[in-house]
Amino acid sequence: MSFQIIGTGKKVPEFALSNEQLSTMVDTSDEWITSRTGIKNRYILQDETLSEIGGIAANRALEDAGIEAKDIDLIICSTIQGDYITPSLACMIQKEIGATCPAFDVNAACTGFIYALDIAASYFARGTVKKVLIVAAEAISRYADYQDRATCVLFGDAAGAVVLSSGDNLLSIKLTADGNNEFLTIGGHKGNFPLRDISNHNPYMYMNGQEVYKFAIGSICRDVTEVMEQAGIQNEDVKVILTHQANSRILEAAKSKLEIDGDKFVSIIDRYGNTSSASIPVMFDELKHDGKLVKGDIIVLSAFGGGLTTGAAVLRW
Amino acid sequence: MVFEKVTGILAGNLGIDASKITSESTFEDLGLDSLDTVDLLMSIEEEFGVSIEPSESLKTVGDVVNEIKKLGVNE
Repeated sequence: MSFQIIGTGKKVPEFALSNEQLSTMVDTSDEWITSRTGIKNRYILQDETLSEIGGIAANRALEDAGIEAKDIDLIICSTIQGDYITPSLACMIQKEIGATCPAFDVNAACTGFIYALDIAASYFARGTVKKVLIVAAEAISRYADYQDRATCVLFGDAAGAVVLSSGDNLLSIKLTADGNNEFLTIGGHKGNFPLRDISNHNPYMYMNGQEVYKFAIGSICRDVTEVMEQAGIQNEDVKVILTHQANSRILEAAKSKLEIDGDKFVSIIDRYGNTSSASIPVMFDELKHDGKLVKGDIIVLSAFGGGLTTGAAVLRW
Repeated sequence: MVFEKVTGILAGNLGIDASKITSESTFEDLGLDSLDTVDLLMSIEEEFGVSIEPSESLKTVGDVVNEIKKLGVNE
């Protein structure tokens, strides 16, 4: 017993930030960003909160599933950081939608949605839940370093949600973690205790793009091959492959190394940038609403991110 | 020869005219950005069966060839 996805939803902030407008704030250009990342636009939180856009994505997923907030048995939120350290984002989304079930956050950076699916699968296996809401909501713009033109251009904010019901549509799943604070970190705030020296502390994002690129391509190829083998499916069985959207270059390199038809790889990076763990549920929502998924379709997921973490799964629609 | 193989990878993967590549060519001169350089190193790792980490000190084709030779590969 695992689960099936019965509803999807998404919400991005109102403010769209084009490469052109970003070029007025940071020393960069549309040509530089487009050729190196494939990104043309991203959405950034201004006055809205992450709880609000997460709540809207969640309500849309509930409506899509045809159920109400009171029907949910568990809320799992994937985020590197909600609006508060406490309450968790999951508790804030519970408040937004008026649910009453247990709620908690999971932080596996850009891989968080696949970690959340694995956690949900174990609740279904234990038989203690009938409906689970997963919301992946990220506001990386709060932590990106807008003095670092190599990284700040990459990120956007977004929320994506899915409603799971008991079923048998998780065919295989794999998670990895490899503790590493050299390639990708966000330092966060260290408080104001007067006797703590924080003069060398960087609260913002640091990323070694070359190392992360290599890690990303290697992990997509390894994980996708492994979960497809586990699920016993062949390349031609795959309808779509949804990889975490970090950079179109990573996607192109993975396409050229995996022997799966390139057209099966979904790409939304041009419109949203890297939205961390929200990227996969946002793609699910777009595919579903564009009528591109038919019952029985085989979907491969793959993500990679800070931690360093990776995850992959094969799902049946 | 290591140099010819590296040149071949550059020409094949990135469509650069092999006759224009010398030991002194920097990756920047050849139009490679930082991620292209990683692609090149990954292709080299596959071709030669060695492991090379991206590094600021690898600026020219010759730097990479020397690095491969240092790892015990001479042809």
